[in-house]
Formats: sequence, structure tokens, C-alpha cells
Amino acid sequence: MDYSQFLAMRQELGVLIVFLLVFLYDTFMPKKALNATAGFTAILFLLFTVASFVWGNVGTVDAFSGMYSTSPVCSMIKNILNVGVLIVLIQSVRWTNGELMTVRRGEFYELLLVTLFGMYLMISARHFLLFVIGLESASLPLAAMVAMDKNRYESHEAAIKYILTAVFSSAIFMMGLSFVYGLAGSLYFNDIALQLGTQADTLLVVALAFVISGVGFKLSLVPFHLWTADVYQGAPTSVTSYLSVISKGAAAFAFLVILVQVFGQFYSAAWEWMLYALIIVTITVGNLFAIRQKNMKRFLAFSSISQAGYIMLGIVGCNEMGLAAMMYYILVYIFSNLAAFGVIGAIENQTGKVDMTDYNGLSRSNPWLAFAMMLAMFSLAGIPPFAGFFSKFFIFTSAINQGSTAIYILVLIALINTIASLYYYLLVVKAMYISPEEPQIPAFRSACSERLGMWICVAGVIALGIVSFFYNSIIEAAAGSNLFAFIG
Amino acid sequence: MEPVIPIIILALPLTMFLVLGLFGHKMKHPVAGVLGTAGMGVTMVLAYITAFTYFFSGNPEFIDADTHTRLQAIVFNVDWLAFTDSLVIRLGFLLDPISALLLVVITTISFMVHLYSNGYMRDHHGVWETGFQRFYAFLSLFSFSMLGLVVATNIFQMYIFWELVGASSYLLIGFYYTKPSAVSASKKAFIVTRFADLGFLLGILVLSFYTGTFNFTDFTSTEVAEGVYRVSEGTAEGIRAMIQNSAAPMFMGASVLTWALVLIFMGGMGKSAMMPLHIWLPDAMEGPTPVSALIHAATMVVAGVYLVARLFPLYLMEEASLNIIVVVGALTALYAAMVACTQIDIKRVLAFSTISQIAFMMVSLGVARPEFHHGLGYMAGMFHLFTHAMFKALLFLCAGALIHAIGSNDYTAMHGLRKHMPITHITFLIGCLAIAGIIPFAGFFSKDEILTATLGHSTLWYVWMSLVAGLTAFYMFRLYYLIFWWKEHKVPAGHHAPHDQPWTMTLPLVILAVVSCLAGFVPFGNLVTWNGEEMFESVSFITNLKALDWTVASVSLAVAVVAILLATVMYKKENPLPSKMKNALPALWRWCHHRFYWDELYMFITHKIIFGCISKPIAWFDRHIVDGTMDGIAYVVQRSSYAIRTLQSGNIQKYVWVYLIGALLLGAVTAVCLM
Repeated sequence: MDYSQFLAMRQELGVLIVFLLVFLYDTFMPKKALNATAGFTAILFLLFTVASFVWGNVGTVDAFSGMYSTSPVCSMIKNILNVGVLIVLIQSVRWTNGELMTVRRGEFYELLLVTLFGMYLMISARHFLLFVIGLESASLPLAAMVAMDKNRYESHEAAIKYILTAVFSSAIFMMGLSFVYGLAGSLYFNDIALQLGTQADTLLVVALAFVISGVGFKLSLVPFHLWTADVYQGAPTSVTSYLSVISKGAAAFAFLVILVQVFGQFYSAAWEWMLYALIIVTITVGNLFAIRQKNMKRFLAFSSISQAGYIMLGIVGCNEMGLAAMMYYILVYIFSNLAAFGVIGAIENQTGKVDMTDYNGLSRSNPWLAFAMMLAMFSLAGIPPFAGFFSKFFIFTSAINQGSTAIYILVLIALINTIASLYYYLLVVKAMYISPEEPQIPAFRSACSERLGMWICVAGVIALGIVSFFYNSIIEAAAGSNLFAFIG
Repeated sequence: MEPVIPIIILALPLTMFLVLGLFGHKMKHPVAGVLGTAGMGVTMVLAYITAFTYFFSGNPEFIDADTHTRLQAIVFNVDWLAFTDSLVIRLGFLLDPISALLLVVITTISFMVHLYSNGYMRDHHGVWETGFQRFYAFLSLFSFSMLGLVVATNIFQMYIFWELVGASSYLLIGFYYTKPSAVSASKKAFIVTRFADLGFLLGILVLSFYTGTFNFTDFTSTEVAEGVYRVSEGTAEGIRAMIQNSAAPMFMGASVLTWALVLIFMGGMGKSAMMPLHIWLPDAMEGPTPVSALIHAATMVVAGVYLVARLFPLYLMEEASLNIIVVVGALTALYAAMVACTQIDIKRVLAFSTISQIAFMMVSLGVARPEFHHGLGYMAGMFHLFTHAMFKALLFLCAGALIHAIGSNDYTAMHGLRKHMPITHITFLIGCLAIAGIIPFAGFFSKDEILTATLGHSTLWYVWMSLVAGLTAFYMFRLYYLIFWWKEHKVPAGHHAPHDQPWTMTLPLVILAVVSCLAGFVPFGNLVTWNGEEMFESVSFITNLKALDWTVASVSLAVAVVAILLATVMYKKENPLPSKMKNALPALWRWCHHRFYWDELYMFITHKIIFGCISKPIAWFDRHIVDGTMDGIAYVVQRSSYAIRTLQSGNIQKYVWVYLIGALLLGAVTAVCLM
């Protein structure tokens, strides 16, 4: 066996090394030094992120007889996720250093890194066995992370709901895979594509629906989304933010890879229409529920459901431009959503308040927090000149470029939904800035780490759109991608 | 030329704006004032160095020694927005006779105003005006924008800075934003000039659509070396030919080029307050007086003149557009001079005087033809721009000193101030002599050149403009006598007598007075001509005197002297003559006093016609149809959101059921559709 193949997996190996070092540190360091676990992990991960930017890209390589594949795009999406994870790590420092977390601090970081490893595998897998391993290692530890807040009842409830639905969804997914295996006799992506031919029969369509529902669960597409709100609300805020951006970003990319590489030839015959339906339902239902929410975390849960719908728009375009727009959308979404969660986390850590009414008059007591939150809301709603506007613009453009009437209607519905979403995003801004009520939250100074995290997010929200470098480098990576080679 | 100094000239005022704007409120007042003034001082020195290098270094980039022709040099030019390979918007620095001239004018006046404001923007007890730092920040922003405008290498850059200039003018007019009149004046100025800029923008679009370029040098010059251009009629003819050979060279009976040029001139009419777009300038006097001196007398309002001068070779291609400029200019000049005779607010008199004088420059450009004395009109217009900037800024700053001392804008509150404020008196007198055109003050030379050029074009306009020149002398000396003579000044009980202002305010007056005495001797014919060719073989201090056309000069001198004598008779001592005159021609006086009811006309058009007939129906449509639709959508969204709320029950069994049914439905529906 050619062991140099492992070099292609350098990003996965990097995460593994970070994980092992954190694990060793947590296990063998004296009790006093454990307070520094959070900082240690963050710094280690920062080094890894930088290294991954510098050395992570090995070009297009297929390793282990085609089970694993990496390319500039894969390495780019992993780097994007790394940036998000880094922000989550920075934002979580204060929470993990709290009293309740003393004994579980290390576990949080270890579990987080394991799930990240799983997501990497999902992104790079070109064989369903490897993909399922990635999917499961990205899902199961998350349940433990959701339950991390041991003393809160909601945390347990959320974990139970998460694990049960995750198991159920995996079962359906595997069922779909077994159909696919039955039809194609292989689990290699490209083999399946070759064996399936171009004729879509009923069994294949059902298999496709099951596979889509399995990944759709991770992306929380409607109707596979019902766990989302309860879990987001119950989980500790750091876990929620991780779930809402990183897990979703990885799943979206993996989704695209599977649809394009395995089922590429059935694009116009089958899954294009499935996606249309899912996107419309996801965006609309997410918005309709978001309007009614009073709890900030629940509110962001539904907002993230509808955002997932927008991310899917990048997939229906089914070309390099759509891929680039989707990756850029994920990047911007990471920054915007983490800015919002950063503010929520800071306030929750300080006062324990998470209701929207608690945010009344926040601009007067904590102007900087309110400002960061406002930018996050503007960006999520897609108001220029913030990054969210550009990401929405690019993703709509890429979808429209596909050119069919159906997609015009789809984009039109998405646009109308953007207007509706403006309403509930601005509700938060209204509460913070316009509401005449006395501030519910006293003025306080957030912890250093929280402020750092927020500054990074705010800078990203402002700069990602205006500075063309980011989108250009993504589009450059996407242009050379071989993902769409199967689609004739 | 190395681009370092030009970059600093632009960057320094911008930096000052950012520093004073962002951190000004944390600075002490004197610090902000000194910082702003020092920054402008350095900019001024650098601008002088640049202009001096351009005019006198003899560098082959700047002058063709064999033919004695000044060239245009692009010091730097960076791509800013590259839409396509050919459609590129650049930001750069073009150095040629007029931009070098304007660099000097802008930085000089701006520095004087910066210095002057240190004294003006505080009251007699030394209490600083609210927003003093903001004032300096805005002044710096204005200076930056104006400098960027004059050095523009392409018409789009000019447009960008043109709007920036308008915005900073808006901010400065409305500086006293608690005063309703200042707020409405700033709005008026912005809206009127913005309306005019619509024409400008259309002109730019038409011109660049047909020619495929924004660059000035592509319109008017040929390249002689890399980055060095020479004005040539051939290029302008090429542009005309290009438009004539295009698919649609005519539009509504006029050539497209004429349309483009007239539309561009419309932008110039707005900024330079030409009739009928002049109505904003008198109101703009609501701003602090130094602002009026800088923006509304010396620099921004001549941007229109500068624009025409910049595209002059193109204007030459279309006789019609030049004729329009002449007619607009001549009408405006007479109108403004007549109105100026009847105003009682001294700043309004100066404002109308400014309108009238800018109209002189416009007429001068409009009558310029290369056949007549190497385009004498062009050179005269630029010369007048230069001298006018100096003496009009002087007059405004004097007015500021008077207002500061008296606390009122009306001359009725002044009278007989000559003994109390001797320095202001003398400098104001010099300004009046200069604008009246008395030899050897600056205005004499430039006005004489303009009249000569006009005579070379048509006798009608010559007589017309000479009449306006006489009116100018009359109303300026009317103002002078009413302020400084007429009757003894009565000091109200409990007040101390008015006196000259602190040195920060008098020093600029003295400097500008000296410049107004001497500026006429600058041998402009060798510095600024339409195609850069020098007019004289050799120059000395008295070149301009020798070059005078004495027939024209003696006539205009005689007219000025008669007008001044008339003013002396009427206004030197308190007497009933003025009111007799007024009663003899009551209608004329009333029309002049009410500025020929232009404002009322505009009010009628906007309020009655536009608001009533167009805006109201649209507002109804918006309120009932558009809002109604939106309310309907919101209602539906709310209802459906309420209706589906049970989906999220919190019951996990139900979640899984929905999941399963969803997946099966997805498959089933697609499968059925495929069959």
C-alpha cells in the first residue's frame, strides 16, 4: 500500500492531531492547568487553521482507490469551516470556564473536534461507507454536546430529541443506500453513477428521496427540520452556534457532492424538482415560524432553517458558479450567524436572559452589543452593503443563470420570502433601538474572548462583501473543480 | 513629474477631514482650528510648488519649447472601476494650465478662509461656535473635493467630485442646522444643483456612449509623449466626425454633440448659478460668511466655468452650444446686476454680484474663437476667474468682518463705519475698485480683456456687457457708501463701538487686498490659453498694460467712473435722491427688489403643479394600493403562520411521523410525476 496517500488527507490528519493533543492535555495535565484548556485549544486550532490555509491544498487527488478525494474546492470549504470553528472556540471560552463546566470542559472540545473530523470525511468521501462513517461521527457526538448543560432539563430533552431523530434519519438514509446498492452493486460514487445508467425507475426515485431526507435532516430542511427548534433552544449556546453554522455548511457541501457525483444524470429528471419543492417549503415554513418566535435561540433556529433553503439554491444551479455562490454564502452565513449567537451568548452568560423582550432598549445600555446584533440581522436579512446582501445576490444570480422558467418562479418565491424575513430580523433591531421601554439588561462589559469573537464577526460582516478578494478566490477554486464532470 | 506631491495635495485635506471629523470633538477648539489651518497651509505650499513647476520649470513634460506651447501632463491615473476593457473609470491627476491655475486659486482662498475662520467662528467674548471642529472638518472635505474636481483626468471623476463638492456645500450652508432658514437654504441649494447635475449626467452618458471614453484627453488632445498631451482641434473634430458617422447623429433637430454639450453645460449652469438655476445662490448666504467667500464666491461656483473651459475644444465644434452659453451668460449678468442694485442684505448684494461676474466669465468663454487673438475670450475668462476669486473673496471676508462687528447683515444697521473699522474700510474699497474695473486694480485688466473679446465677436453683446460693467461699479459703490458713509454711525446705548477684528481676520483681508492690487499684472496670455500656445514673445511686469486695447479700455474706464460718480452723488451723504429714484420707477424697483419673482415662480411650479397634480395622486396610490397590498400580504403571512403552529408540537413521535411522511411523499410524488 502506498502510504503517501495519507498525505492527501493532511487536513483530516491535522484535526486528528489537534484532537489528540487536546485529549492528552486534558487527561494528563495537572488540575490547575486545565483552566487553560480553552485557550490551549483555540491557539492550537488557530495554528492548524493557518497551516491548513498554507499547506492544506494538495490539488486534485483521489486516494485509497477512489474512496477519498480532495481538491482545491474541498480544501477551501474545509478552510471556511475552520474559520467558523475558530470563532466558535473563541466565543465558547467564557462558557467553558464557568463553574458548571469544570469537569466537562475537555470533553466539549474533544467532541467538537471529532465531529469536525466527521464533517471533513463527509466532504471528501467518494464511497458511501466512508460517508456514513463521517455522517455518524458528525452526528452522534453532537448529542452529547447538546446534553452538555447537565443541570438544565431542556438540555436533556434536546439531546434525547436529537439522538432519536438522528437515529431515525440515519435509518432512512441507510435504507435509501441499500436500494442504491441493490440497483448499482457498488458503493463508490462514480461506479454507482456508471451502473445506474440514465433511466430513472421508481425504486431509484424512492432511494433518492430517502438519501435526500437523510442529508436534509442535517441541513434541517422542511419537513425533516422539526428537531431543530427544540435542540437549538435547549442546547448550550456555543453548541447551538456550532450546530447552526458548521454542521450545516459541511452538510450542504456533502449534499451537493452526492447529488452531483452520484445522481448527476438524474438532475433534470428527478432531483431538480425535489429540490425545488424542498427549497420553497423550507424557506417559507422557516419564515412563517420565525415570525412567531419570542425566544432568541428558537428564533434563530427558524431563521437558520430558511437560510438553509437559500443555501440549497446554490445546488439547483448545478454548475461551478452555483458551487462558488454556495460556498460564499456559507462563509458569510458563518460570520453573520456567529455574530448573532455571540451577542446572545454574551448576554446569556451574563444575565441568563434569552427572550426577545429582554432585548428592549439594549442599544441604550449596551450599545456595542446592540450594534453587533444589528449588523448580524442586517447581514442575515441581506441589506446592502453588508456581506449578506452580496451572498444572496450571488446565489440568486447563479440560480437564475440556469435559465428555466421554473427557476425564475423559484427565485421569485425566494425573493418574496426575503422581504418577509426582513420583517422578523428587523423586529430584533426594533426591540433594541426603537422600543421605548427601559433597558432590561444592565450595562456590562463582556469577557475579552467574547469581544474578540464579536469583533471578528463584525469585521467579516462588513468586509466580506466589500472586499472582492474573498469571493474571487472562492470562484477561482470552484472554477477548476471536477465535481461537475459527470453532468453532460 | 513625480506623483508624490500631487498625491499629498489630495490626500492631506482628506486626512484632515477624517481626523477632524472623527476625532475633532475630542480636540480643544484652538487645536482643531490650528490643525485645519496648518494642513491647508501645507497643501497651499505644495500646490504653489506644483503650479510653479508646471509654469516655469520648462520641463518638456509641461511645455513644448520649440512652439512655445503648454502641454497637458497626466501625473498619475489609476484604474478604479474596470467594467470592461474599454469602459474604465480612472482616478488621476491632470496638470495643465487651467488645473494649475485652479490649484493656486483654491488653495489660496481656502487657506485664507481657514485662517480667517479662527477669528470668525467665535464671538466677541471668545466663545467658540458650537460645532467649530465640524466646521473645519467640512472645510477640509470641501477643499479635497474641489481639488479632486479640478485635477480630474476624466469626466466621470469630475462628476464624482462635482457631487462631493455639492454635498460639502450642502453641509456648510446648513452649518447652523438649528436655524430653519439655513436648513431650507441648504436643501434648496442641494436640490437645485442636483437637478442641474441630472443634465450633466445625461450629457456624460450621451457623450461617452457615442465616443466610448470618459477621458478629457481623448476628447480634446493628442498624445505627444507617454502621459503628455497637447490640445488639438483635430481630436475634437474627430469626435464630431465620430458622432456624425454614428447611427443616430441627430436628435430633435440638433446634433447629438450639441445635445451632449448643452446638457453638460446645464450642470455648469446649476453649479455656477446661471439663470434660471441661480435661485439657490442668494439663499446659500445663510451659511457662515467664510463659507460664502470660499464656496459661493471663489471656487465652487466657478466649477461650471471650469467645466466649459475643460471641454472648450469640443464646444468650439458646435457653434450653437457656444451661442447658448453667450445668451445665458449675458441675460444672467444683466439680471443679477439689476437685482444687486436693490438688495439691502450686504451678503445678498455680493451674491448677486457673484452671479453677474460668473456670467461675465461664461460670456467670455462663449465668445472665444481661435481666429480672434488666439482665443482671447478663453484666456480672459480664466483671467477673470482668477482675479474675481481674489477680490470677491476679499469682499466677502470684509462683509464677514462687518457682520461680525455689527451682528447684522443689513447695511441699514451699519452706515458710517469708516472711522471705526479703518482696515476693513480700506480693503473693502480696494475690492470695490477692483470689481468696478478701475486701473490698475485686478478687475480692470480681466474685465477689459473680456470686453475686447466680446467686441471682437459682436457689437450688441459688447454694448450689453459694458452696460452691466457700469451697473457693477454702481451697485458696488452704492454698497460701499451705504456701509462706510451715508451718515454717522450710532452706537446703541450699552454697546461698545464696532472695531476692526483680530489679526486672524484682518491678515487675510490685507493679503487679499494686496493680491487684488497686483493680480492684474500677471501675464496671463503666456500662462493660460485655450490651446496652450503663448501669446507674447517675452513678458515683463507691464506686458498686460502694453497689450491693452485702449479704445475698449478707455470706454470701460469712463463707464466705470461715471457709475462711481453717480453712486457718490446718490449715496455719499444722506439725501432723498435714492427714494426719489425708487418712487420714479416703482415697478422696476419692486421687480428688482423681489428678484423678478423667480422664487415665487419656482414655488408655484413645485407646490401647485408638481405637488398638487403629480405627487398627490401618487401618494394616494402609494397609501391605498401599494400599502394595502403589503398589508394584505402581511395579514396572510400572519394567519398562515398561526395556522401551521401545531406542526411544531414538541412531541417527538410526531416529528418522526412528519419526517417519514415527508420522505415518502417526496419520493412518491416525484415517481408519479415521472410515470
